[in-house]
Amino acid sequence: MAITLKVNGRTHRLDIDPATPLLYALSDDLALNGPKFGCGLGQCGACTAIVNGTAVRTCITPLSTVAGKEVTTLEALGTPEKPHPLQKAFIDEQASQCGFCVNGVIMTAKAFLDKNPKATPEQIRQALSGVLCRCFTHVRMHRAIERYAKEVAR
Amino acid sequence: MKRRFLPGAGAALHSAMNRRGFLKVSGVLVVGFSSFSAKPGEAQILQTALPGSPALNQVDSWIAIGADGSITAYSGKEELGQGIATAQQQLAAEELSVPFERVKLIYCDTGITPDQSYTAGSQSHPANFNHGNLAQAGATAREALFQLASQRLNVPVDQLTAWDGVITAKNDPSKKVTYAQLVGGRKFNLTLSATAKRRPANEWKVLGTPVGRPDLPEVVTGRFEFVHNVRLPGMLHGRVVRPPLVGATVISVDESSVQGMPGLVKVVVKKNFVGVVAQKPWQAMQAASRLKVNWSAGTGLPRQSDFYELLRKQPARDVLLIDSKDSEATLGQAATVLKTTYYHPFQMHGSVGSSCSVADVHGDEATLYSATQAVWYQKTTSAMVLGLKPEKVRVIFTRGSGCYGINGADTVTYDAAILSQAVGQPVRVQLSRKDEMAWENYGNAHVMEERAGLDAQGNIIAWEHESWIPSKGNRPGTGTPGNVVTGMLLGFEPQPFSPGPAQAPRAYNNNSNGVPSYFAGRVAGKAQGTGRIASEKALVHNVVSPFWTGPLRSPARLQNTFAHECFMDELAARAKADPVEYRLRHLSDPRLMEVIRAAAKAANWETRPSPKPNIAKTGVATGRGVSCVLYEGDNGYSAAVIEIDVNQDTGEVTVKRIWTAHDCGPISNPDGLRNQIEGGALQAVSRALGEEVTWDREKVTSVDWRSYHSLPLGFAIPKIESVLINRLDEEANGAGETSITVIAAAIGNAIFDATGARIRQIPFTKDWVKAALEKRG
Ligand code: FES
Ligand code: FES
Repeated sequence: MAITLKVNGRTHRLDIDPATPLLYALSDDLALNGPKFGCGLGQCGACTAIVNGTAVRTCITPLSTVAGKEVTTLEALGTPEKPHPLQKAFIDEQASQCGFCVNGVIMTAKAFLDKNPKATPEQIRQALSGVLCRCFTHVRMHRAIERYAKEVAR
Repeated sequence: MKRRFLPGAGAALHSAMNRRGFLKVSGVLVVGFSSFSAKPGEAQILQTALPGSPALNQVDSWIAIGADGSITAYSGKEELGQGIATAQQQLAAEELSVPFERVKLIYCDTGITPDQSYTAGSQSHPANFNHGNLAQAGATAREALFQLASQRLNVPVDQLTAWDGVITAKNDPSKKVTYAQLVGGRKFNLTLSATAKRRPANEWKVLGTPVGRPDLPEVVTGRFEFVHNVRLPGMLHGRVVRPPLVGATVISVDESSVQGMPGLVKVVVKKNFVGVVAQKPWQAMQAASRLKVNWSAGTGLPRQSDFYELLRKQPARDVLLIDSKDSEATLGQAATVLKTTYYHPFQMHGSVGSSCSVADVHGDEATLYSATQAVWYQKTTSAMVLGLKPEKVRVIFTRGSGCYGINGADTVTYDAAILSQAVGQPVRVQLSRKDEMAWENYGNAHVMEERAGLDAQGNIIAWEHESWIPSKGNRPGTGTPGNVVTGMLLGFEPQPFSPGPAQAPRAYNNNSNGVPSYFAGRVAGKAQGTGRIASEKALVHNVVSPFWTGPLRSPARLQNTFAHECFMDELAARAKADPVEYRLRHLSDPRLMEVIRAAAKAANWETRPSPKPNIAKTGVATGRGVSCVLYEGDNGYSAAVIEIDVNQDTGEVTVKRIWTAHDCGPISNPDGLRNQIEGGALQAVSRALGEEVTWDREKVTSVDWRSYHSLPLGFAIPKIESVLINRLDEEANGAGETSITVIAAAIGNAIFDATGARIRQIPFTKDWVKAALEKRG
């Protein structure tokens, strides 16, 4: 069955089982490296993409529920040459170790700050309460997000 | 799908043929200076390489200068997230006096790079930054370039200077020659020279500076290619079906149960290995969950509640680390004797991304994209698993999710290889969360008994340490694929276990930190420990584990340090001494004493015994604790002071602040070091407060992030301050596993300081702390 997907501003028609979680369409059919399979259970955040402005765990989101909606992945925020300010904050703070979790951290923070531009550090922390980083780069990641949040609030 | 070539392994693939080609057409011998003769000035080679590896003692194995002046460095130590690629690129740039960006680093591809065994155990910094390998290859290459330039320009070597690939006469800048003009596109044909001078640390321009990670722009924008993102033409997707219970074996597989499922390509059964291959990952997952496998009953598991007691009753292989032979007698004469037991659970690597590999096996050849920590051993053991010749197998390291030791990377590489071989096409396999967590090689549980005697003044006069450590399997090494689950399912045996008595220690070896820091460490008449206690004994009982085990960041060292450093605190409390002063009193190693002093100073340590006076028994109590280690007995000094809150009504422990001090010799990249210290410290907090593998009588029950508790990005993150002691004249030591080693003990000591309750078992969960507080009365 064909499904129409809007990802990063482009429309794709995929012939795919509509029960398939969005993650597989993104990482396999569309060959995107941003969203990642971490747990497949909605427990870690590694697969996060932004759907119509909300951070969504794509590993447990069936394609049928996102048909026609705007899906944004980490790739669409910025490029290595021109990173998005939040991505740049991660580079400036060297907020990564292995980097596997970074997609979930940035996309969750981005969606939250888009809706809550005046969020306090404590509120940001709460927003990330379901995201895991096993390298425990927490200190730098929060520093990067808060740096960006200050720019947004200004 | 087109493959992208990125720094690291992706690029390695790209340049493999270039390099080989380039070496073949070159072959102009650079020079034959006497100082480059192989012996006796030959550089120290830290280990021997497996067949097929570029020779470790040849400059060309490590450094290549292209016809265009490009500089490539080759290394057998890989980037796992710990920052070593950046530091190695800095090292090569420094030795060759070029900017960081001029060097391209290629690592861990058995088609190209030298065999340097594992990237593990905090060994990369000492291996490549001291007197051998990459550092000495760079120094030897530099010396050769200077000699050649001297001949070409007719200027003595000491009158030359180099920067950015150009060698210039110091007092006549018009006299200059480029590296490319001297050797570009040709081999050095030189043996590593021990006498070639490293760039002196006080003149470093690139090393020692906080260079950022070159991979970050691609990581944060979703361009970086992890092994999870390797896409080969014609690639299919595999999924494994692991036994439901520990020890269960395949009786039969009903292939008709999945017949006609969309996209299904093949069901693969080999002994107890079961897997499916499909066109799409989602199809493979569905086929795997639908496939009917008739499994035998499991072999059962011991009850978790009395597992620690059971360990002491097992047949054991004993190892004596140190024995002054008089410790028992001295304990008998002590004014006070203290005896306690500490417990540490099995813990997981628990990578955020479950392990993944892509294999392309066709005919008698295999190319494996793997996040293994040892590409050369993955090559030899994968050859065994596939029944191929090792020289026909190429393993290309491609970064995975941070592993912290042996996660599922090795086992999933076998999974992908077997499935690819079965279908003759490239296959990608990523484990499910449960398959990753239920079957990984856990960090070992430990039972640790400590016994010590004090004299009338409270000084320690004798100390005995005795531990029981269960293990099974390990890293596969060069020839034991049965050390991980897939190898076992395919019929390979794990390394054998044979019980036996201990031999007297022949040399001092504190690699496991089984010997407390306060021991004199006297073996064969020579004291090589870091402390002053002369009446000393440390005995290890190795027993069989019901689960696979393997190195988890700071293996055994974290567990032992937890016991030693908590016990030291108990002794200090008994002697009514300040914990910092009491440690210093029993130490002899000035560098270890220095990190303790530095951490205490940063923390504004108040000198007094623990626990705190006048503790209220309800509400929130605050306390501080200290701990220290010389990692592996010779590989990096670390100390920590921790401040915590204990909610005495709920038992909840909150780590508020961490002050650490580190001495790992000369610092290659201060920001990279801080990143490792911070990450290690917080990982240790998570492990100390909540992480524990759990099981019932048949299977592991901690199989996802609800049942295995990792502190998320939302937890109340403590403030961390690190003091870095930079010793330019010392050897380079490890830095990735030092902070993680000292945290658990410091937290335990802080809980005691705050509440007067001593908790001797990890993790310090709410319930456990609450129970200990109630027992306190
Ligand atoms: S992979 Fe989707 S939440 Fe973990
Ligand atoms: S940086 Fe490795 S999991 Fe977060």
